[in-house]
Amino acid sequence: MAMTFHLDVVTAEQSLFSGTVEEVIAPGVMGDLGILPRHSQLISKLRAGELQYKTEEGAMASLFVSGGVLEVQPHVVTVLADTGMRAEDLDEAAAREAMKQAQDALQGKDPEDLDYEAIQAELEAAKAQIEMLHRIGKMRGH
Amino acid sequence: MAVGKEILTQIKSIGNTKKITKAMEMVAASKMRRAQDRMKASRPYADKMRQVVSHVAYGHLEYKHPYTQTRENVKRVGYIIMSSDRGLCGGLNVNLFKRALQSMAEWKKQDVEVDICVFGAKAAAAFRRYGIVAQKTHMGDTPKVADMIGTIKVMLDAYEEGRIDRLFLVENEFVNSMTQKPQVTQLIPVVASGTDSIKHHWDYLYEPESKEVIDALMQRYIESLIYQGAVENVACEMAARMVAMKSASDNAGKMIGELKLIYNKARQAAITQEISEIVAGAAAV
Repeated sequence: MAMTFHLDVVTAEQSLFSGTVEEVIAPGVMGDLGILPRHSQLISKLRAGELQYKTEEGAMASLFVSGGVLEVQPHVVTVLADTGMRAEDLDEAAAREAMKQAQDALQGKDPEDLDYEAIQAELEAAKAQIEMLHRIGKMRGH
Repeated sequence: MAVGKEILTQIKSIGNTKKITKAMEMVAASKMRRAQDRMKASRPYADKMRQVVSHVAYGHLEYKHPYTQTRENVKRVGYIIMSSDRGLCGGLNVNLFKRALQSMAEWKKQDVEVDICVFGAKAAAAFRRYGIVAQKTHMGDTPKVADMIGTIKVMLDAYEEGRIDRLFLVENEFVNSMTQKPQVTQLIPVVASGTDSIKHHWDYLYEPESKEVIDALMQRYIESLIYQGAVENVACEMAARMVAMKSASDNAGKMIGELKLIYNKARQAAITQEISEIVAGAAAV
């Protein structure tokens, strides 16, 4: 039997996944992180992007996270996401709309009262969602 | 017949009050259900967060965040008190304040000053003369982190600048809809829970810098605990109000029953008296 570890993915609103997995690929701020069992303790900030994991049955599944913190202990991996979604709940139209709104907000209006960081984060999240949808789409052969 | 007119008016007014308490009970019940859902939804995050932070406090890290360092000499402590904005929820707030005062009294015995930060109008009114440093009221039934963070920041800054050496959170724990337990928990410095058996020396790998990650983590930790406290407090408030209003409605029903009995007795006595008067009059003729 392949070695496994426990993965918990929680967001402020809900618990997205809790179960045994063989491998996790997480979107760290400095690049994607692949985590296998008995990984050394690690703590990392996450950017908006796709979090993939391989379940015990060997199937790959993925979730969208909008950033957060990842903690790795040898047998437990915890993802504290700010917000997140299951891949099947992603909506390209909504993501494009969010991206457009964020871009408009960046261009228009008075730069004084803009919260650049927040809008930038929204923009990044929307972009990451669209990218992820495309990748999944390709895999499914659309 | 003008017998017991006062009693009839009283029955009617109690009946009106009962209608109101009944309506409040039902509103509180439906709000409680929603608040409970919100509370349950955010609980896993808060639990996992607590776990991760206790790992951080347990490990031997290259960067010591101020929140993980316990100061030996305590001169001043901070309290964050979560209460409701409105009353009519039984002993919920009073029990909480008693618990808070009890805990503060222990510090005062050791000559430690206390700073207070309150959420909710009830606590603001109750602790006015104890010296409130920061307060936030009327957050509604769906508290938001963004609304609370400014108030919390006052206490966090005080901690970082060394003006307070401990920060406690006083909130109601939602056990079930009949029971709410007031409790005092230490927010910072973070208490490492001894349940994990990670004993040897170890440190994390960091991405990016250790300071940046731990700072981000600690900020989220505080936010999540405060948010969880606020959401839980709303659920407690609704549950307590539901129970209080239910017993008020029951009592009103009981009072109406008793008054009706008195009214009927009085009416019967008046009729009996009238008959006996007529009979006596007839006999005299």
